Amino acid sequence: MLTASQRLQAFANPTRFMALSGRLVAPLGVLTAVVMAAGLYFALFASPPDYQQGETVRIMYIHVPSAWLSLFVYSVMAVSSGVALVFRHPIADVCAKAAAPIGAAFTFLALVTGSLWGEPMWGTWWVWDARLTSVLILFFIYLGYMALRATIDDPHAATRPAAVLALVGFVNVPIIHYSVNWWNTLHQPASVFRMDGPTVASSMLVPLMTLAIGFTLFFFVMLLVRMRAEVLRRRVRAMSLRRAEG
Amino acid sequence: MAEFFYMGGYAAFVWPSYGLAALVFIGVIWQSVTDLRAQKRLVDKLETRRRDRKPEGGA
Repeated sequence: MLTASQRLQAFANPTRFMALSGRLVAPLGVLTAVVMAAGLYFALFASPPDYQQGETVRIMYIHVPSAWLSLFVYSVMAVSSGVALVFRHPIADVCAKAAAPIGAAFTFLALVTGSLWGEPMWGTWWVWDARLTSVLILFFIYLGYMALRATIDDPHAATRPAAVLALVGFVNVPIIHYSVNWWNTLHQPASVFRMDGPTVASSMLVPLMTLAIGFTLFFFVMLLVRMRAEVLRRRVRAMSLRRAEG
Repeated sequence: MAEFFYMGGYAAFVWPSYGLAALVFIGVIWQSVTDLRAQKRLVDKLETRRRDRKPEGGA
């Protein structure tokens, strides 16, 4: 039997990673589809309209999980970048690179659905309050990270500057989280992850949490697919270089 | 059914949210899977070429 850390080390080896991830993608994909379908059913059919916000509350079931994932994906990216920087694990570097576009996609979705919710409920598509502005900055950090990756051909040369950028950008994550407490924002404060428990009715917590789990599963499946592509891309590059030399 | 699509008058805000989410998810899947397939093809091509070359080089 392998210990947990031995398993993790095996996962850090590109060949073992390809074997293990190859077996994980299909079943995880099916699980994701099932959870997402259940989440959508709860969100659109089996939950009531809000007594104040009416049917617009259904936007929350997309907006809030997207916003959570925008922060979660960045945290995954920052931890992977730290591991890539300190331990030089090639798979950690691959993980950080593969996560970035998914994180950018969730951030984009959080921004646009927030806007679509803001117009009918706040009377404005956008305000420059601390929460909205710091999430917009997060989106730009993701794009900057992807641009940096795109400009450096050699993945080994890109590891260090990309990891430093990801780690510096991480200061924005707690700023986003606490922005609603530190500043006077039009955006409401946290109503699920609170010290005194959630203030959202359970009929609305069910669709919210189901879709949040669905979004998280989607992230991991896509992360694995993108990491597999990146490992192969690096293999192609190494083989081509060897051919050019020999 | 019509009432469902009407979304209490907020259809113009609720449905674009769900539609965009669907587009973003499909976009991420499409781009990731296409890239993975392309890389697999490249690896296969390089590996068969290397196998084809080996007998000559070794002889």
